[in-house]
Amino acid sequence: MALTRDDVLHIARLARIALSDDEVERFRAQLSGILDHFAALAAVDTDGVEPTAHPLPLANVMREDVIEPSLPRDDVLANAPLTEDGYIRVRAVLE
Amino acid sequence: MSELWRLTAHEAHEGLRRREFTSVELTESVLERVARVEPTINAYITLTAELALEQAREADAKLAAGTATPLTGIPVGVKDLIVTKGVRTTAGSKMLENFIPPYDSHVYENLRRAGAVMIGKCNMDEFAMGSSTEHSAFGPTRNPWNPELVPGGSSGGSAAAVAAGECLVALGSDTGGSIRQPAALCGQVGLDPTYGRVSRYGIIAFGSSLDQVGPIGRDVEDVATMLDCIGGHDPRDSTTNPEPMPDLRHYLGRDIRGIRIGVPKEYFISGMEPGVAARIEEALALFESLGAVVDREVSLPSTEHALAVYYLIAPSEASANLARYDGVKYGFSDRSAPTMWENMEQTRAKGFGNEVKRRIMLGTYALSAGYYDAYYLKAQKVRTIISREFAEAFQKFDVLVTPTSPTVAFRLGAKVDDPFAMYLNDIYTLPASVAGLPAISVPCGFSDGLPVGMQIIGNFFDEGRILQVAHAYEQASGYRNLLAPVD
Repeated sequence: MALTRDDVLHIARLARIALSDDEVERFRAQLSGILDHFAALAAVDTDGVEPTAHPLPLANVMREDVIEPSLPRDDVLANAPLTEDGYIRVRAVLE
Repeated sequence: MSELWRLTAHEAHEGLRRREFTSVELTESVLERVARVEPTINAYITLTAELALEQAREADAKLAAGTATPLTGIPVGVKDLIVTKGVRTTAGSKMLENFIPPYDSHVYENLRRAGAVMIGKCNMDEFAMGSSTEHSAFGPTRNPWNPELVPGGSSGGSAAAVAAGECLVALGSDTGGSIRQPAALCGQVGLDPTYGRVSRYGIIAFGSSLDQVGPIGRDVEDVATMLDCIGGHDPRDSTTNPEPMPDLRHYLGRDIRGIRIGVPKEYFISGMEPGVAARIEEALALFESLGAVVDREVSLPSTEHALAVYYLIAPSEASANLARYDGVKYGFSDRSAPTMWENMEQTRAKGFGNEVKRRIMLGTYALSAGYYDAYYLKAQKVRTIISREFAEAFQKFDVLVTPTSPTVAFRLGAKVDDPFAMYLNDIYTLPASVAGLPAISVPCGFSDGLPVGMQIIGNFFDEGRILQVAHAYEQASGYRNLLAPVD
C-alpha cells in the first residue's frame, strides 16, 4: 500500500502533528513499507468471525453513585502550562 | 557486609529478617552500585536516593516491629510510566519531562504498603513504544552484558537495572513483549501477567487492551513475590479480575512430572539465531528429564499474523490514548503559534519522538474512514482466530514453550532506522499479548556470551502453573541470579 504525500499530510492533520518536509517523505516511505508487510492479513478468511475488542469477556461494572474526594485542584493545576485564578488558561477556541 | 546488591530479593529478605544487615545498609549498597555503573548503563531517568533512604528507615522500623512482608526494605526499580505521587514520571518522553503526578498508581501503592524501597524511575522507550530502549528522550539504556548492545525494550531500563545490580527487582510493563524481551536480552526473569491480573490505574496508557504491569527479577521466586504484591482486584480498574489472587509462591518447588508442554512449530522460523534454537532444544531435553511430556508437533497456524495484528491494534489504541497530549492540561507545551490548533500541532511535533509519531500516524490511518474495515476491524477478527488457536492448544497442554526473542542482544543503532526490522524483535512475544495470556521469560543459557531467554506461556490466570514450570527449570538448570559483568 503505497501512501502518497497527500495521504501522509492528511493523516498528520487528523493526528494533529505538524511535520517537516523531510518527515513527510520519511514517514511516507516507512508507513508504506509497514503496510505492505501487513497486506497478508487481507487474505485471512474471517467470514463469520467476531472481532475481539478485548481479550477477556467483560461485563459492565456498576457501583453506587457516591461522591468521593477528587484530587486537590492546586495539585492538578501545578502541571498545567498556564493557569489563571484557579483555571487552566488556553487560547480562544472560537474566535 | 559489602556488595549486598548481589543478593536476590528473597535472599535479602532472609538477611533482613535475621538482622544480618538493615534495609538502610542494603539500600546504601545498591545506591553505591548505582553510582558506579549508572554512567555506563543509564538505567534510570530519575534517581530517588533520598526518598529511598527514608523508605529504608521506615522499613527497618517495620522489620523491628515484626510487621515486615517479603518486600519490606527491598530496593526496587519502577518503570517510568508508573505514576508516583510527587516523583517525576516521564514515560521516557520530552512531552512529560516535567510532569509531577498528583497521585500514586495502584501498583506503587501496593509496593509502598509492602514496605519496598524505590531506588528510582527506570528508563524506557518513549511511551513504551520500542524494542531496544533507544527511543527514550533521556538517552538509550545500555546492556550490562555489553554496553555496545541494547538491553531490549521497552522496559530496558528495568531489566538492565536488575541485571547490573542497580536494584534487586523492578517493575516493567508489557504491551507486546516489553517485559519478556528485555528480560531475555539481559539474562533476567520477566513475567507478563494475564490481562486483567494487575490494575492499570496510574499506568500511562499505550495500548489499553494489551498493557499489563509485571515484574522483572533475578529468579522466579522474586518475580512470584512481586506479582503477589501488585496483583489482584482494584475497583479503580474495571478490567481487573475480581477473583482473589492465589498465593503464587505456593506453586514454587512443585515437581513437573506429567506436565504437558507444547512447542509450537511456527515459532522456529528462519531468522532465528542457531544459538537461540540450540539453547531451547537443551531446555526441552531438560524438561523431559524432569518428567514433563514435551510435544514438538503443535501447530498455531495464525502465529505469522500476530505481528500485523499487534502493529495495527496497538498503534490504533495509542493514537486514541495519546490524543490527550495537547499542551493544554499538562506536559510540554509550545505556544509560539497564533492559533489553538497550530499550538497543538507544534506541541505534538516537538514533544513526541519519531517512533511515537510513526505509531500515532499508523493508528490514525488504520482507524480512519475508508480503512477501518480493511485494517483495524480485520486485525480484531484475526485476533479472535489467534485466541481460539491458543484456547484449543490449552485443551491439550498445560503450558507452551517458545524462544522469547529470535536473537540475543543486538548493537545500538543497528535497527533504529528500520522500524519493521525492529518490530520483528517482538515476533515471539506478540501472540500471547494479543490473546491476553500470561507468559514468563527465563534465562536458558548463552549464545556468543550473551543471555538467551525461553518463554513459557500459560492459560488465562494460570500464572501459578508457568511459575511452577519456570521454577522447576531454573532449579535444575542453575540459571538464576545472573548478574552482568559490568563494573
